Amino acid sequence: MEAIEQHEGLVYPLNRANIDTDQIIPKQFLKRIERTGFGQFLFYNWRFNEDGSLKEDFSMNDPKYEGASILLAGENFGCGSSREHAPWALEDYGFKVIIAPSFADIFYNNALKNGIILIKLDEAQIKEWQNQSEDGELKLSVDLPNQTITDEAGKVVGFEIPAYHKEKLINGWDDIALTLLMEEKISEFENGAQA
Amino acid sequence: MGKPKTIIEKVWEQHVVHREEGKPDLLYIDQHLVHEVTSPQAFEGLRLANRKVRRPDLTYATMDHNVPTKNRDVVKDEISRKQMETLRKNCEDFGIKLADMFHPDQGIVHVIGPQLGLTQPGKTIVCGDSHTSTHGAFGALAFGIGTSEVEHVLATQTIWQDRPKTLNVKVEGDLGPGVTAKDLILAIIAKFGVRFGTGYVMEYTGEAIRKLSMEERMTICNMSIEGGARAGLISPDETTVEFLRGREYVPKDEEFDRISEEWLALATDEGAVYDHTVTINAAEVEPQVTWGTNPGMGVPVSGATPRVAESDNPYEVERALEYMGLEENQPITSIEIDHVFIGSCTNSRLSDLKKAAAIVEGKQVKDTIKAIVVPGSFSVKLQAEKEGIDKIFKEAGFEWRDSGCSMCLGMNDDIVPVGGRCASTSNRNFEGRQGNGARTHLVSPEMAAAAAIEGRFVDVRHFAGVAL
Ligand code: SF4
Repeated sequence: MEAIEQHEGLVYPLNRANIDTDQIIPKQFLKRIERTGFGQFLFYNWRFNEDGSLKEDFSMNDPKYEGASILLAGENFGCGSSREHAPWALEDYGFKVIIAPSFADIFYNNALKNGIILIKLDEAQIKEWQNQSEDGELKLSVDLPNQTITDEAGKVVGFEIPAYHKEKLINGWDDIALTLLMEEKISEFENGAQA
Repeated sequence: MGKPKTIIEKVWEQHVVHREEGKPDLLYIDQHLVHEVTSPQAFEGLRLANRKVRRPDLTYATMDHNVPTKNRDVVKDEISRKQMETLRKNCEDFGIKLADMFHPDQGIVHVIGPQLGLTQPGKTIVCGDSHTSTHGAFGALAFGIGTSEVEHVLATQTIWQDRPKTLNVKVEGDLGPGVTAKDLILAIIAKFGVRFGTGYVMEYTGEAIRKLSMEERMTICNMSIEGGARAGLISPDETTVEFLRGREYVPKDEEFDRISEEWLALATDEGAVYDHTVTINAAEVEPQVTWGTNPGMGVPVSGATPRVAESDNPYEVERALEYMGLEENQPITSIEIDHVFIGSCTNSRLSDLKKAAAIVEGKQVKDTIKAIVVPGSFSVKLQAEKEGIDKIFKEAGFEWRDSGCSMCLGMNDDIVPVGGRCASTSNRNFEGRQGNGARTHLVSPEMAAAAAIEGRFVDVRHFAGVAL
């Protein structure tokens, strides 16, 4: 996983609550056996018509959001299935940061494991940025070590993130390698449990 | 004796390998279930890093999500075939037991775990699938994980987890005649919403829960994730012990007596405190039908779709009604369907099929409807055939299929067409779940069976010829 400390990028506002992983990446794209290449299928049923042409009334298809890397969403983002294809698709499409009032539990873990910064903020702040982004164009810069987001007007908003997750994101640590350092404790546990 | 504890705390504490202030706990995993869709990238990761599976003996794999449910010999879809082939190869290379498409133990992963007795009280169980919560019915701590976590468990047999908060879902009173476990869990989610369980592990308690069979308990725990909780469980009791007695992977004879004592001791202690409690009165629950695009959008069959202006979230309600092709304040019994699906890890066990068969016996599926029954496992299918249940369905006009996930998520050929409307015994009614543009109404097997006959939703309690 790539280390990430600072990120500045264009915002795409998706003003919907309870966005489930079936929407993020529909099931017909779960059959690949690779980890990459899912970005093209992100929000597929919202972005594309049956015949594969773009749905013009879906905001993500508006050229002004091209290259967006920060997603603003409604509460309970990522609910439903545990498919990690959802964060893979978001990441592959180019989203580095997702800001929402709340995230579903399984999605939260999955996204962090793929180096996506998830930020919980209160709804009013998200709304404010959503409006600005819809009306014009909005860039935000996220500073993970200092846990702040700064908008173009210079407004600085702080956020919470568990220290443990922050450390892993900043260092891009491989979970398995870290856990394998505890090999002895795991063996001890296994021996104890079997005694 | 120390402080009274919930079963959630007891099972958790027994599995902590490592704990450090400010970090999640490192938990040991007793049983890892694997299927073809969420595992290929995990095995690939192991290979790339030259790692082994730490405990192949605690790992068990099957194929369920995209197996065909008819004509098994030809998997038409090239990519599905490749995904299943990949699982076979991975299991061979890493020494993992696999119940493949033709194996007598094949089935939906959450149906075969309990059936084989791999699922036991007090175990920690994970699977790359969010309905792993099903196994909680036995008093196991069971939850869904993503593919990176699958890889982590394969390599280390452990997982990092934040200690959850505990939520008591207390069901008071008794379910009325003709009201099922599925109606109860749908009513719970309709009442408390799709995120009341976020950050919690739920325990279902109360008299009504105690009276449920194991299969009914599985239906309840299965849908914990639809209420936002990664895991939901029920304290083990005699019903649990009796269900497990004699199953393949369960200890035998004296060892069984000893272990069943241990299981019973896991039950939540009198006076244990939960972080939060919600209460529902079972007597007030009616047969349920979802009308919208998340499982919380449900009402009693006697009800109607909401009025947009009066709802808490008019924008979402309006969007959902539009997707579903329904009017506001439309009576549920006026909704006509064209597909019926009886199956999925929520409702595809023998008792589910029997109850649905009792409704359709001697009747005919309406001729505009395509109705299919997909048993949860190969063994459920065989048993049902032994008892003549397949005949009842077939004579009524249902298709009788081989086991798998099938139309629950339509990764194989079993999909609902654009604009099609399905009465489904599965657990998710998300947009496009059963097929692009498909409309899903979640119901119990009995309600789905009655809808197949009538062509629209009816209250199964007043359904012609059914004695309740
Ligand atoms: S039956 Fe449906 S919900 Fe259950 S494991 Fe299969 S796809 Fe998932």
